[in-house]
Amino acid sequence: MMNNINIIFPEIFLSLSILSTLMVGVFFKNSYGIVTKLTYLILILTALIIFNSGSNKAEYFSDSFIKNPYVDFIKILILLSTIIVLNMSQSFICDNKISKFEYPIIVMLSLLGMFFMLSSNDLIIFYLGLELQSLSLYILAAIDRDNIRSTESGIKYFVLSALSSGLLLYGCSLLYGFTGSVNFEIISSELSSNNTGAIFAMVFILVGLAFKISAVPFHMWTPDVYEGSPTSITSFFSVVPKVVGLAVLIRFMMSPFKNIFLEWQTIIIFISIASMILGAVAAIGQTNIKRLMAYSSIGHIGYALAGIATGTVSGYSSTIVYIIIYVVMNIGVFGCIFLMKKEGKYVEGINELSGISKKHPLISIALLIILFSLAGIPPLAGFFAKFYIFMSVIENEMYTLAVIGLLTTVISAFYYLKVIKIIYFDDLKMPFDQIKNINITSTIFISCIILTSFFLYPSYLNNIVKAIF
Amino acid sequence: MNFPILSTIIFLPLLGSFFIFLSKNDEKNKSVTYVSLFTSIANFLLSLFLWFSFDVSSEKFQFVEESNWISGLIKFKLGVDGISILFIVLTTFIIPICIISCINSIKSRVKEFLIAILILETFMIGVFCSLDLVIFYLFFEAGLIPMFLIIGVWGGPKRVYSAFKFFLYTLLGSVLMLVAIISIYWITGTTDITQIYEIKIPKEFQYLLWLAFFSSFAVKMPMWPVHTWLPDAHVEAPTAGSVILAAILLKMAGYGFLRFSIPLFPVASEYFIPLIYLLSIIAIIYTSLVALMQEDMKKLIAYSSVAHMGYVTLGIFTFNQQGIEGSIYQMISHGLISAALFLCVGVVYDRLHSRMISSYGGVVNHLPKYSFIFIIFILGGLGLPGTSGFIGEFLVLVGVFQKNYLVALLASIGVILGAAYMLWMAKRVIFGQVNNPKISSLKDLNFTEGSILSILAICVIFFGFYPEPLINTMSVSVNNLINNYQIDLIYHLTSGK
Repeated sequence: MMNNINIIFPEIFLSLSILSTLMVGVFFKNSYGIVTKLTYLILILTALIIFNSGSNKAEYFSDSFIKNPYVDFIKILILLSTIIVLNMSQSFICDNKISKFEYPIIVMLSLLGMFFMLSSNDLIIFYLGLELQSLSLYILAAIDRDNIRSTESGIKYFVLSALSSGLLLYGCSLLYGFTGSVNFEIISSELSSNNTGAIFAMVFILVGLAFKISAVPFHMWTPDVYEGSPTSITSFFSVVPKVVGLAVLIRFMMSPFKNIFLEWQTIIIFISIASMILGAVAAIGQTNIKRLMAYSSIGHIGYALAGIATGTVSGYSSTIVYIIIYVVMNIGVFGCIFLMKKEGKYVEGINELSGISKKHPLISIALLIILFSLAGIPPLAGFFAKFYIFMSVIENEMYTLAVIGLLTTVISAFYYLKVIKIIYFDDLKMPFDQIKNINITSTIFISCIILTSFFLYPSYLNNIVKAIF
Repeated sequence: MNFPILSTIIFLPLLGSFFIFLSKNDEKNKSVTYVSLFTSIANFLLSLFLWFSFDVSSEKFQFVEESNWISGLIKFKLGVDGISILFIVLTTFIIPICIISCINSIKSRVKEFLIAILILETFMIGVFCSLDLVIFYLFFEAGLIPMFLIIGVWGGPKRVYSAFKFFLYTLLGSVLMLVAIISIYWITGTTDITQIYEIKIPKEFQYLLWLAFFSSFAVKMPMWPVHTWLPDAHVEAPTAGSVILAAILLKMAGYGFLRFSIPLFPVASEYFIPLIYLLSIIAIIYTSLVALMQEDMKKLIAYSSVAHMGYVTLGIFTFNQQGIEGSIYQMISHGLISAALFLCVGVVYDRLHSRMISSYGGVVNHLPKYSFIFIIFILGGLGLPGTSGFIGEFLVLVGVFQKNYLVALLASIGVILGAAYMLWMAKRVIFGQVNNPKISSLKDLNFTEGSILSILAICVIFFGFYPEPLINTMSVSVNNLINNYQIDLIYHLTSGK
């Protein structure tokens, strides 16, 4: 029993800390600052606990809770990205008066939900984790409650997401009905291609998960929620839930759905191609940079799914590498968006960037590097992300997927180039305010350094990721 | 030799650009120009040293460097043979000229411009040195970023359109090549080309792979009908950009054919000869006719580049010593001549801000030195004996005659058309009446312009009379290329059944 407690210690620590931070928040006045600092501390401590918990594989609590290097790695990844995102969005949060102490606490709650999603080896625990995560995210989307657009995006997200959770839950119940168990391992051994009912269940579960990672055709909420939510929340949305969604999808593919590979592969290929095409085409007409990033993230999810579609470990690890590089690029872009401030107001129009290279050479060159990397142009890290994906796609002789995928990179290059054109080729209209914010600038700087120097040791990350499977 | 000279040549410009990046951002700051000039000239001297210490009698890759890169998959492998070394020297020779030329013509954001040029140099040399498909692709594509910025930031009025067209055309062609490269990896288990030469790709795969590589090189070359990005890019790019584009970037495709398409896919190369001949002949005749009708000097030279590249592809796919040597010679000579022609247009453009032929006329009366040098390059461009342009075209035609009389005949028509558009431009720009009163107030060449153009003129005439240094360097490698091609062809044709 004590052994079991050790395994789940990170989750226990996180829950207790959330509760005690809530106390702190309630009992002190203007406690946002202290709660945020406590949050950093808690997240770092949790990461350290996970890091020190060894690399053993184990299943506990009647095989409903799993611990393995893969899950630990993803947990550390989301903890670190949450810390970075929170840290760089501080000035935005304070400027927009959404600095309520609930903010970091709800972020931590959603992380707790994600932890359970990742570690679950059982449909019920999985669903509970998913709901904890989703509910926290709805609140976060609507956290600027006096702002009509934030509230709208919260409601929109809630209604659509609740629908998808319903579908997912229906899939879970079907799966239980047709296999007689909620445990992943048992489901996996019961599932086979001639179990038609279970394949229906698989489709429902895939729909629910595709919604969470905003893959086409379940992407409708993304642009609105990205645009409506406060930018600090959008930057969190575009990074952390995406990582978790993909990681959980991989868990499902590796464990319960292992034996019906051919059935889900077709669906994933379709979703992947549709996301790549829509992400590339729909982004062209956007004028708001957050909407642009929404469509860009849809496209990137498409590439990441292409790695999953291979159904091999090398494909899964290329997806993880892809998503890590995507996280680095997205954090960089949102760092730049936090600096887009004119006369004290944050602006979001792409045209506001017009000609800023003359006044803000460093922001411009950072955006240049990040956008070219998002477009996948060598020698930046984004190219290697795509390279690994297509290496495993072509290894499995899925040439159509590879050719379509690479052709859509050309289309998507167009809108990234359009932003670069606005920054570098157009005339300066109005410069941004000079913001001296060491948190944001250092984040952008580190992101750019990673992207430009990745080509020196391109296999470093890949080797780490390969080791966790 | 243990000193990594190739890496040094590749990454020295990058180091230089890093120092420029750190320097003070000031319009009057001359030190950035000196740093970039110093870097590029040092690089040129290094590459000359490389050329002199190169053993021309060996067909092997020399100065090979190898280090682990993507562990287990790909090695960072560099090396040069008699073909690539010429392009490396051409690159390092053209870059200092570009930097000198932009002292006069680039007025804003000089620092960024020099950084872009030096980074571009790194990528271009990388293309010619790499012995691994992935490394090649990496450098090949990376060059798009600085070139896109050079056209877009410092270009003319329609620069945005041209920059986008350039970028997207090239990217579209290249992504198929990436699919092919990854496929080759899974077919042969390596992307190191020296190993693939030994392994030999099965012939049923060769056709599609060849087409994928072709899609990339055809755009870059550019071959008809995907050449339309070139005139736009040339016209809108600043002078230094046009020079780099014409002199070096276009040569990457010809080099790519020689280094990858032919040795890796001999069966497919043989199979697609008619396609190449057809497209090349169309390019030569059609674009020459188009060039005749141009009003804009830069556009005229751009179309003439397409026609000249037609000879290059013709020559490469003759698979005989004269044809291939001729096309390499043609590429080097076109690199010098077209660079010089764009610089000449740049000289008058800086003064009058017009590239239209109709704005000029009678330039010889007021700018005698300029006219003299311009005429030399025009004659080089039309392939007059005694200039390097002649030797390239002549060798290519000799090579083609051995293969196919009709094609050679049609290609020869291109020579006449070439003379027609070049001389007609000379007549309208340099000779004739002075129509535009502003011409009389123009100043003749200043010292820097005169010196860089004279250096180029000397090279053009020197290599027109004495082709030996170039031919000597490349002949063993070309011979080896043809021999291997024939051996592979026989191997594939006999082993198939």
